Amino acid sequence: MRATRLGLTSLRGRRLLPLLALVLLVALLVACDAPQSTTEIAGNNNDKLWEPYRVVLVLAAIVFVLVLVLTLGFSIWFRERPGRPARQIHGNTRLEVIWTLIPVAIVAMIAIPTFDALFKIDKDPPADAMKIEAIGHQWWFEFRYLDDKGETVLTTANELHLPEGKPVTIALRSVDVIHSFWVPAISGKVDMIPGHDNNISFTATKARPEPYLGQCAELCGLSHANMRFRVFVQAPADFDNWMSDQKKDSTSATGDLASEGEQLFAQSACIGCHTVRGTSAQGKVGPDLTHVGSRTTVAAGTLENNAQNLARWIRNSADVKPGSKMPPQGASAGGTLTDDQIAAIAAYLLSLR
Amino acid sequence: MAHATAGHAPAHHRTNTGTDNRKLLMWFFLGSECLFFGSLIATYLIFKGDSVVGPFPHDHAGEKGILDIPVTSTSTFVLLMSSVTMVLAVYGAQHGLQKMMKLSLLATILLGITFLGFQTYEFRTFGHEGLNLGTNIFGATFFVMTGFHGTHVGVGVIYLSSLLLASFRRSGLGPEAGFHVETAGLYWHFVDIVWIVIFTVVYLIPT
Amino acid sequence: MATVAGTLARPANVGVWSWITTVDHKRIGVLYGITAFTFLLWGGIQALLIRTQLAVPNGTVIDAERFNQLFTMHALTMIFLAVMPLGAAFFNFLTPLMIGARDVAFPRLNALSYWVYLGGGLILTSSFFWDAPSAGWFNYVPLSGQTYTSDLGIDFYVVGLLTLGTSSLMAALNFTVTIINMRAPGLTMMRLPVFVWMTLIISFLLVLALPPLTVGLIQLLFDRNFDTHFFVPEAGGDPILWQHLFWVFGHPEVYILILPAMGIVSEVLPVFARKPLFGYPAVVFAGVAIAFLGWAVWSHHMFTTGMGTVPRTVFATNTMIIAVPTGIKIFNWIGTLYGGSIRFTTAMLFSIAFIVTFTIGGISGVMHASPPIDGQHQDSYFVVAHIHYVLFGGAVMGIFSGIYFWFPKMTGRFLSEGLGKLHFWLMFIGMNMTFFPMHFLGLAGMPRRIYTYDQGLDWGFWNMFATIGSYVIGISIIVFVINFFRSMRQPKTAPNNPWDAATLEWATTSPPPEHDFDVVPTVRARDPLWYDRDHGIEAPEPTGEHIHMPPPSYYPILMASGVALLGIGVLSHLALTALGAVVIIYSIWGWALEPTD
Repeated sequence: MRATRLGLTSLRGRRLLPLLALVLLVALLVACDAPQSTTEIAGNNNDKLWEPYRVVLVLAAIVFVLVLVLTLGFSIWFRERPGRPARQIHGNTRLEVIWTLIPVAIVAMIAIPTFDALFKIDKDPPADAMKIEAIGHQWWFEFRYLDDKGETVLTTANELHLPEGKPVTIALRSVDVIHSFWVPAISGKVDMIPGHDNNISFTATKARPEPYLGQCAELCGLSHANMRFRVFVQAPADFDNWMSDQKKDSTSATGDLASEGEQLFAQSACIGCHTVRGTSAQGKVGPDLTHVGSRTTVAAGTLENNAQNLARWIRNSADVKPGSKMPPQGASAGGTLTDDQIAAIAAYLLSLR
Repeated sequence: MAHATAGHAPAHHRTNTGTDNRKLLMWFFLGSECLFFGSLIATYLIFKGDSVVGPFPHDHAGEKGILDIPVTSTSTFVLLMSSVTMVLAVYGAQHGLQKMMKLSLLATILLGITFLGFQTYEFRTFGHEGLNLGTNIFGATFFVMTGFHGTHVGVGVIYLSSLLLASFRRSGLGPEAGFHVETAGLYWHFVDIVWIVIFTVVYLIPT
Repeated sequence: MATVAGTLARPANVGVWSWITTVDHKRIGVLYGITAFTFLLWGGIQALLIRTQLAVPNGTVIDAERFNQLFTMHALTMIFLAVMPLGAAFFNFLTPLMIGARDVAFPRLNALSYWVYLGGGLILTSSFFWDAPSAGWFNYVPLSGQTYTSDLGIDFYVVGLLTLGTSSLMAALNFTVTIINMRAPGLTMMRLPVFVWMTLIISFLLVLALPPLTVGLIQLLFDRNFDTHFFVPEAGGDPILWQHLFWVFGHPEVYILILPAMGIVSEVLPVFARKPLFGYPAVVFAGVAIAFLGWAVWSHHMFTTGMGTVPRTVFATNTMIIAVPTGIKIFNWIGTLYGGSIRFTTAMLFSIAFIVTFTIGGISGVMHASPPIDGQHQDSYFVVAHIHYVLFGGAVMGIFSGIYFWFPKMTGRFLSEGLGKLHFWLMFIGMNMTFFPMHFLGLAGMPRRIYTYDQGLDWGFWNMFATIGSYVIGISIIVFVINFFRSMRQPKTAPNNPWDAATLEWATTSPPPEHDFDVVPTVRARDPLWYDRDHGIEAPEPTGEHIHMPPPSYYPILMASGVALLGIGVLSHLALTALGAVVIIYSIWGWALEPTD
């Protein structure tokens, strides 16, 4: 029959299921390999949430295969054949009870590890947990390290350094719209909502030289896609070194170009928005630049931090990041600085290590 | 009737529940309205006491509250009385008592207009005392909630007025007069009940 | 035909005007269907543009602003202008036929619903000429507030959704009353076709779920235009309130989108398996249970907003419980296949595929019912995969099944089965290619609503794969459109009951006469036509009595234009709003005084 041929033969091949399984496997491998993957476990929260997740994945696979096999199997087995009329079955109470109870059991099997993980993740952080404040801005992250009294000891931006194995608790704030703090390898996300005191607590468990990648996960306007950040998890001693370096004020630039840049910077509009500790620049609107030269990226994780990219950013930031709140500085984009001046400022900024 | 009728049928047309389609429509519409006012009232309750600056509804930190409870109690009484006259209008309509129906409808309309007068007076007074939509969260929640309620009273007044006007036609409200007035009454009572809730929440329960 | 002074005469029932002034539920259903399908095409083009931009890392096809507008409008178009109204097209056309009525309870109100929908759809879509909404379909404040989005886009969103909400509310009220009150003799509630049950359930959901959205939209309108601070924390407001109001509507809305498709599948499977639906009462009660539980789960869209542990536990439990009635439905559909004599028509293929693809969406739904897992899924591509398996794998597959199934009833013509199967396979393969990889992208950490991503993130391969899949879907739609136009040029050859189906709409001619049935049928069993067939009961002879149908009316479209003016006025000049109000008041007056015969 034509209908059967067109409708089903293509599905009847026995190669289909193994093929499907192979595709899934490759796919999962690709997903696991990705640098921002949720499947890499580098924090206790992500570790805990994978306990129910593994259960769910197994159950999901079982249920899906069951439904697939029954649907296809019945469709093929009970296809129209001469001399075999349909059986007029209206239902079966026992079956109804069974397939009510099966989902109930499955749900219970998911619920128990879920709540276990939820309560563990939500547990109050220990009193000696490191305190950090993360503040969402359109479109960058400000990070403040706090002391025990809640006073800011260090302000930085877009790159968060954490000591391996030490619990941290991060107060999540926003100065404008809703953002969301998400480092997939370490923890699930929590939103940063204006007027709300949200918190996220976790311990980063795996030190490594490469950063863990994070990204804003709540639509926050034009450059939502360009609001990224990096988390460097370091051995405690390395972290302490980093911290004491960062706490120092900036030192005067050396070298002709950088020194010229330092002067230009101090006279330019830059200081209205940016802080460089130890200089007259004390603006609070944009990221703190005291040690901007030590960061690996500029423009909230979107560009590698080098002279060329810094110049590009200063010239016309909206060219990199649509809607950027930083006004264009390059004369070519309506600002006041020549390309040479911008190059000098970039050199100065890179010297702030 | 000699032929079968489709769609929008008169009251005597057979329905599965025995309730006329139009009355059933009104009931479900009022069900929807419950959620509408429920959301407005919930918003008010969520923000109750959250105003950052005055004027505040009730006495607050030595500052006198802006609500004039005796005046609004009077207008509440007026609206409650309109429900009584509405009941009389329905009775009149259902029992063919034309004069009673017309007078009661008129009384209900006048009481409704009086309530709206009180509300206008209250809104104006608040405006003079510096409370507007944008002043604080009390202003926003209060004006939007009571404003929508007032609009509903206004629609009710127009609804009843058109019934009253139509009742002066030669054919009056026709054989279905009782039905028309009763359906209007459902709406009117609902709007009254909503006011009772708003009055309690806003005026009687202090911050 | 008598007119009352000051009202418009009833128009004649011919030509274009007969469509503009029609109050016939079948014609209104067709209008809904054609309009919604046009919007579906437009929403599909938006989707293809989005996929084209995302095909490769650092794509440059569309800029950030246009991208934000496109994904916002894609969602609004598909949800409010395509899938919901396609559901409406079916329940407009079918409900009165399936319950043995001659029309809906309020034919003119029904026409008004359609014209207001058209007006709202045109207003929302025309935003592309000015500023399209760009804050996502759930339009979170403060981003959607005046401070952060000062262009007209959000006002288009507010006005568009208020208008469309009005239309849906009127339709829902109408169908609630119709189904409760206008069933044929013998058609008890537990004999209602499942599709009608689902229509009744979504009507209830709409009646109750739309008001919270309306209130949220009004508050947003006031915040943006009249200086209130409902959502401004510095002034005592709270942006989370919007999320609650939106999702109290938004979650039932998901069921509003999927339940009609479940109803369609529950009609199609038994017909082509040639046996009654397995466990009819269970399927009906499961539908009711889903709708009821759907009210107690909205906060699972807000698990990452810093809700307390206990509320998350409660909402997670409620959400997981929905898996139970959903599972019951799926198993009953499978049970319907068991022991059947299955004919693989295109309609049947779509329905069978629905079981599988919808199951994938259901399973991933249970995954993010778990708050810790949701911490990773929320706002990632995993959720994009999930919603598309529910809304495309579920709703759209169901709707196409319905189109192939009822096309002969609606037009008197058959769609080509050959082209239909090509359409089915392309669409089935295309949708799985497009949406399945999005699970992997989500797991790989890709957030939704980003217009660009870096090469180094390794998201390129699956994005390209998904984009190719979306083009395959596009081709499948072209095949369907060709099929449609080809079949419309064929003669009307469809008999009353070409599929040997069991429900009342197949007892009348294809297409049905204006009055639906010559004689209102009497129902003796749950599958009335099969019962009559098996018991040798002949259809009653027409008595030749005159059947009075409500005449066409100008007022629905006139009043709808008033409603549209009201909204356009809010967007432009208040004088238009005033004009709209005058038109509405005049229409109500004329409407009320218009003679019914």
